Amino acid sequence: MNPAPTTLREDLRLIAEMVPEGARLLDLGCGTGDLLAWLQKHRKVNGYGLEIDHDKITACIHRGVNVIERNIDEDLSDYDTGSFDLVVMTETLQAVRHPAKVLDEMLRIAPEGIVTFPNFGHWRCRLHLATHGRMPVSSHLPHSWYDTPNIHLCTFADFEALCAERGLRITRRLVVDANYRPNNVINRWSNLFGSIAIYGLARAAAPGRSS
Amino acid sequence: MTALPSDSVGIVVPQHVTFDKPLALTCGAVLDRHELVYETYGTLNAERSNAVLVCHALSGHHHAAGYHHESDRKPGWWETCIGPGKPMDTNRFFVVSLNNLGGCHGSTGPGSINPATGQAFGPDFPAITVRDWVRSQAMLADHLGIEQWAAVVGGSLGGMQALQWSIDFPERVRHGVAIACAPRLSAQNIAFNEIARQAIYSDPCYHGGRYAEHGVAPTQGLMLARMVGHVTYQSDDGLREKFGREVASGDLELARDVQFQVESYLHYQGRSFSQRFDANTYLLMTRALDYFDPAQEYGDDLAAAFARSKASYLLVSFTTDWRFSSERSRELVDALVRARRNVSHADIDAPYGHDAFLLPIKRYMDVFGAYMDRVASEASV
Repeated sequence: MNPAPTTLREDLRLIAEMVPEGARLLDLGCGTGDLLAWLQKHRKVNGYGLEIDHDKITACIHRGVNVIERNIDEDLSDYDTGSFDLVVMTETLQAVRHPAKVLDEMLRIAPEGIVTFPNFGHWRCRLHLATHGRMPVSSHLPHSWYDTPNIHLCTFADFEALCAERGLRITRRLVVDANYRPNNVINRWSNLFGSIAIYGLARAAAPGRSS
Repeated sequence: MTALPSDSVGIVVPQHVTFDKPLALTCGAVLDRHELVYETYGTLNAERSNAVLVCHALSGHHHAAGYHHESDRKPGWWETCIGPGKPMDTNRFFVVSLNNLGGCHGSTGPGSINPATGQAFGPDFPAITVRDWVRSQAMLADHLGIEQWAAVVGGSLGGMQALQWSIDFPERVRHGVAIACAPRLSAQNIAFNEIARQAIYSDPCYHGGRYAEHGVAPTQGLMLARMVGHVTYQSDDGLREKFGREVASGDLELARDVQFQVESYLHYQGRSFSQRFDANTYLLMTRALDYFDPAQEYGDDLAAAFARSKASYLLVSFTTDWRFSSERSRELVDALVRARRNVSHADIDAPYGHDAFLLPIKRYMDVFGAYMDRVASEASV
């Protein structure tokens, strides 16, 4: 079994670049542990992943990634304030029950957070809804509305509005296309052309204000 | 007799070792010499990097896997997890399992002769703690030429020994596997143990623990103790699934001489246990459970205790275990995370309560197997 992937998916690589050497890191919804395995090997992080999918937990254990079976919506209060350097959550925000609370908790547990999620404001989603009058189904969001784990889909603009409301400062934003590749056009018109965004977050000095 | 199963270690022969080196116990007493009985499965590699120590729980012993005789009806107590292709794969690991000090299956214990009196120790056998067990197990490791365990593994009280090992001998443990475990007993846990002890004390055959001198044994008390314990090892759902309200004998409609299935099951469990286990050992083991609290000498800070350790950990809990609930494993995980130790935790959904750790539950085997596979790869076996 490979301990760590030799190549990392582009969005995860972009995140990995944002992680300092030796950081203490919590990965919410760590999946099969690709990011953590890579960061353990190349950044010497002290990292832990939270996951509830049984097969993914076993996969993490098998490759030597620390994985803890815990529910992001219920159990983040177990973690002490400021007990991590960084909390990461990749493509999980849309599947949690209380996204705003989870974001708050992330930035309670650590001074910095990284969040990625699919953009429901992408032009394909808009076109699909406009022309078919039905909820979009795509390669990134392949589920029917009645049978989807993605219960809280939002657009980049929605997310940024939420951050402003909750006093979360957006420290950086990278937008990638459906193949997890960055490009200049989508950066300018991100809410229309971006498929997935990677946000760096920190707590703003005072609640209600954002940069 | 049909052939033994191919995934069993087969016929095993218990071994004995006597240590003439004094062992200073937590209670202040010193055992000048003690004997341990143990079994080994698999082969120690040339690098001596593939040794796994299995620690037993309250009523366990050295016979964890395989068979003593071809005619044995039952294999060792952890046959589900030890053997070729099993989580503790004997094609890769050298597995060591012993009967703990104070036991009644061949290691020095209350039934042994006290050299000072020429009589059995009985109730005079010193109190034993999990720390004492770990020290005595370290002497066994020295005897076997094992500098460092690839893993120390145990369920319940056995898991506590795995944790204590990693704290007391940080250089000697690479991995700790603690299944259905807890950082210390709750008041409720201690209460159940005390009911069990009082059942033994109140048996007229107990004779203050000197029953051997009277040629009797407090089997009735031990049976009651086991019955109480056994109920706490099962879940409500598990008992319901197994027995429901099935009647073994009598007439429920006439409310006459009714014995429910669960009653006869408990009687059987209690009776058979009381015939093969020693009451003084049972008292000693429940006390060791009660006393276990590795955080105590670190200012009640469990994370500070684990900060000494250099091991990585796997914790497994079971959703219907109310003796050592999932929450207790979560406490351990949180302390290990605070201590920056590598740790993974799986909470297995199974209806069998605390005893689930002995059963071949698919997801449990997958998780345990995946972790041990990792341990083996690291040891290059």
